[in-house]
Amino acid sequence: MICDECKKRKAVVHMTKMIQGHKEEIHLCEVCAKAGENSEAINNFSIPSFLTSILDANYNSNSTLRGYGVTNECSSCGTSLHEFKESGKFGCDECHIVFKERLNPLIRRIHGNSNHVGKVPKRTGGAIHLKRRLSYLKQKLQEAIEEEAFEKAVGYRDEIRELEEEIKKT
Amino acid sequence: MTKWLKESGPESDIVISSRIRIARNLSGFPFPHMLKEDNGKDIANRVYNAVIEGNESLGKDFKLVEMHSIDKVDRLNYVEKHIISPALAKNTATGSLLINQDESIAILINEEDHIRIQCLLPGFQLDNSWNLADKIDDLVEEKVKYSFHEELGYLTSCPTNLGTGIRASLMMHLPALNMTGYINSILQASSQIGIAVRGIYGEGTEFLGNIFQVSNQVTLGITEEEIIKNLKNVGIQIIQKERYIRESLLKDKKVELEDKAYRSYGILKNARKITSTEAMKLISHVKLGVVLGLIKDSSLEKLNQLMEMIQVGFLQKYYKSQLSEYDRDVKRAEIIRMNI
Ligand SMILES: [Zn+2]
Ligand SMILES: [Zn+2]
Repeated sequence: MICDECKKRKAVVHMTKMIQGHKEEIHLCEVCAKAGENSEAINNFSIPSFLTSILDANYNSNSTLRGYGVTNECSSCGTSLHEFKESGKFGCDECHIVFKERLNPLIRRIHGNSNHVGKVPKRTGGAIHLKRRLSYLKQKLQEAIEEEAFEKAVGYRDEIRELEEEIKKT
Repeated sequence: MTKWLKESGPESDIVISSRIRIARNLSGFPFPHMLKEDNGKDIANRVYNAVIEGNESLGKDFKLVEMHSIDKVDRLNYVEKHIISPALAKNTATGSLLINQDESIAILINEEDHIRIQCLLPGFQLDNSWNLADKIDDLVEEKVKYSFHEELGYLTSCPTNLGTGIRASLMMHLPALNMTGYINSILQASSQIGIAVRGIYGEGTEFLGNIFQVSNQVTLGITEEEIIKNLKNVGIQIIQKERYIRESLLKDKKVELEDKAYRSYGILKNARKITSTEAMKLISHVKLGVVLGLIKDSSLEKLNQLMEMIQVGFLQKYYKSQLSEYDRDVKRAEIIRMNI
């Protein structure tokens, strides 16, 4: 996370402030945190401004590359990219899909460059459970081949085939 | 009464409480801030039924509290007990709370996300909190369809919660680290590994009452178990450092510590008017004195409770009236004298 004040250094001080029952947060690097209590960012901060700064940086550098048919509004709930930048909140789950490509830099900034590896819903996540098992088996197969444990490898290969069939069916 | 306030758990000389909060949304509905009132009620009903019907013994333990059905003071009171957020308290149109008897499990409905499952236990027990939250999550999922994306995980209103949707946090009392300034290196080191340390009850830059919240920042690309393990490790290191500094202070500056603790105790015992900022600071000093065995006339549980009792919402609930700032300071002093 980058410093809200200088927008350069890594934020190491995180503060929460209550204004009329409304919670706001600020993230500062050590230099800016020490620099003083009178700075504007400390007295006047908000989460959306942090999101916006990252989005803008990305948005401007790509703006000349964007082609036709790029929508700036979610067809399901009507939330625009501009509104998201203002509030830091999406309107519905569809927004995530509509704006996915353009939000990748933001997501990477917050979470690093990776996909979900945690819990999967039991009822609706059936195919995902199978896919995860598949990539696990493929990794095991590779390991077995490298170790020249060919009997093991055959076992993994058969299991992979079965699983691939099963995934096709779902 | 609220479990985390009434009891002190493991490592309670430093860790006040352990919290797990997971964010979930129902597929097919816009997120809460875009939600129509009848849809909001529909969601609350679905979640309520999932919990009540899903598990008989658990169901009996829960009650539904609609934000519009309780007054401002009660809402503020829940906020100060760290059970609901100011955002939920404000949502009187569709906001609801499903809460169990000892208030260790709270399901916030239509806050920033449709569902936020929160487990709050006293002391250092993140694993127990997670196991509880995980179980409630499974129970709810049996009856509703969650918004989920293969790459992005559980879809949340704000991108900072994507993936696991989990926020694990420890509320820690760190007077020695703060007093000696070592807290800054903790802040720095923690942020390198995706852990945020914040002052809570904060106004401006001061770390009020030496209380800090330590929580994970990253929720995507990492499993729930790893998130909790990382936070636990950071928690253990902070506990060790705080204890180490406490011990060396006790060795080198025993009289000063004793003096500070007893002076603070004296003021709290006798003051006729006190602000919450001053009270928080003094209670923190006394707490340190109690933990180090310098003060024997009070207890950790009492002081933790006192930190909550002096908050505005609690005072107004206790005295059953809206109080002016002046009256609050007077009543606060009164409550402290009676309870310390
Ligand atoms: Zn800075
Ligand atoms: Zn949308």
